[in-house]
Amino acid sequence: MSIMSLKDVHCGYGDGKEILSGISFDLDEPGFICIIGPNGVGKSTLIKLIDGIIKPSSGSIEIYGRPLQDYGLRELSQVVGYVPVMSSDFNVMSVLDTVLIGRFSRQKWRTTQKDISVAVKSLRAMEIEDLVDRNFNELSAGQRQKVSIARGLVQEPKILMLDEPTANLDIRHQLYVSAFLRRLSEKTGMTAFTVSHDLNLAAKYATKIIVLEKPGRIYAMGDPKDVITKQMIKDVYNVDCDIVDDHGTPHVILQGVLEE
Amino acid sequence: MSQSNNAIIERAVDAWMEEDVDVQEETVNYRKGTVKKVLFILILLAIAVVAAGYAMAVGTYPISFFDTYRVVWDHFFGEIWDETADYLIFEWRLPRICTGILAGIGLAAAGVVMQSILRNPLADPYTTGISSGASFGATVAIGLGISLAGGTYAIVSGAFVFSLIPTAMILAVSKMRGASPTTMIMAGIAVMYIFNAMTTMIKLFVSPDQLQAIFAWSVGSLDGATWTQVGTMLTFVVVGYLILQFTSRRLNVLSTGDESSRSIGIDANKLRIICLLVVSFLTAGVVSFTGLIGFIGLVSPHICRLVIGSDNRFLIPASAAFGAALLTVADIIGRTVIQPSTIQVGVITAFIGGPLFLYLIIKQRRSSRCRSCR
Repeated sequence: MSIMSLKDVHCGYGDGKEILSGISFDLDEPGFICIIGPNGVGKSTLIKLIDGIIKPSSGSIEIYGRPLQDYGLRELSQVVGYVPVMSSDFNVMSVLDTVLIGRFSRQKWRTTQKDISVAVKSLRAMEIEDLVDRNFNELSAGQRQKVSIARGLVQEPKILMLDEPTANLDIRHQLYVSAFLRRLSEKTGMTAFTVSHDLNLAAKYATKIIVLEKPGRIYAMGDPKDVITKQMIKDVYNVDCDIVDDHGTPHVILQGVLEE
Repeated sequence: MSQSNNAIIERAVDAWMEEDVDVQEETVNYRKGTVKKVLFILILLAIAVVAAGYAMAVGTYPISFFDTYRVVWDHFFGEIWDETADYLIFEWRLPRICTGILAGIGLAAAGVVMQSILRNPLADPYTTGISSGASFGATVAIGLGISLAGGTYAIVSGAFVFSLIPTAMILAVSKMRGASPTTMIMAGIAVMYIFNAMTTMIKLFVSPDQLQAIFAWSVGSLDGATWTQVGTMLTFVVVGYLILQFTSRRLNVLSTGDESSRSIGIDANKLRIICLLVVSFLTAGVVSFTGLIGFIGLVSPHICRLVIGSDNRFLIPASAAFGAALLTVADIIGRTVIQPSTIQVGVITAFIGGPLFLYLIIKQRRSSRCRSCR
């Protein structure tokens, strides 16, 4: 059974302008999927569509063989999780309480030992176990980002959508989070679907890359070494670069910008 | 991936997949935190009960603090030993105190939920125009004599009906594409100005007696409370409060933002509309009887949030208990400070609430600055 299947998906924001036009792809195997592309091309919109946060203007989305609209909200939250690019939490809660919110769809009335266990494991996985009793509002942007990822993990979804999960992280944690999500997908069968602007990180860890180009179309989709090419970066980003081989992984060395 | 990287990641993923994880310490700490929050609520309830006892003792006929509880106990379960005290407490003082307690619970719970659903610490039933609507309804009833009900319920019904109009406006705005909590607050403020202008217009043409009656209603008071009124308020407050308490876990999810909420299993818009309707009925059910009592809905959640955080499962009951205690204390002050005259409770809550709020903001700013220095 296909993990997800998008057929001719179009999406706009009401002013007549289309953000995504005619997106179609099938994902049959779990993995660490990276969506790349320039600003405003619809990367975040695509992952919000797959998580049912926004609705397509036309086309169909199926998750595990079922149309997305057939899922109830609670049921969907156990299948697809979402980590926003920037946490917009409005609360004064401990980090543990903040992460436990992600267990909502799996809880009945009270927080169980199992909920706490999963929450603590997710904090350990993000290397922020020491923040467990800290107030979420006092954390740095990077720490908040990791708490958000931990909250996505406690949903125990089959597919986790992450909008620029490494945007606020230092280089160690960029590598750590990317490697963790890749290995997690390999060992558990969970699909991590991320938006990224870091082509080298995407090339190093992604099992598959989806390149979006203006105006909201798929330029290429496939293995990083087939997708990350000098021509793709020129066509999609208007940037000149060199690609070197780093033990079988393409590594982008940026040279300069080209005329739009 | 480098070798060291491999080992670190492997360990982390294995730890995540492990079934039996020792979280004894975290569980104990979590449960301790819960106990502390419950304890805080119980302390506030105790303060409210003590304040109610003191409020029963205050008046021209002297009844000692401990005797008030005895009078209440004996009224229900024993033999009435002081008929004057029993009459004064049950006919005059207790309806007033119960009205205050119910108003405190209702306004504070409404304040917490307003702040949660609109994601704004300054949101309360007043910011969203509900009070202005009620004020206009009362003004129409007093000044123009137009109301759905007659007699003693003329003002109440007028205030109630008009207090629901701002909510309807906010709901209409919330249905528009791209509407956010901020646009909903702005819609509430716009409606508030419109109602204020219309209220002022009516005031220009009414008689001095009517003007005085409008003023007395608008400052908020517990005067003239009756058991019938308490019964009606009780229905509004109990039903409204229970629904809000039932949504508390969902409100916690809503605090993560609309998009995250949906991903966690909550339809943010639907929840916001339900809560807004309940809050409106709850507030209308209170202010239509008491008039406008400010600051309870704003201050109570803020103070409780500083102590127990913003977990709505505990914040709603804590704020309700705090609101009940604060309003009872404010009424005691109003009744005693210039005896035998009375200062309306709305004036006292503003006097207590305003400076208290300022102090808290300054204290909070200072402590957060110090934290960032460390």
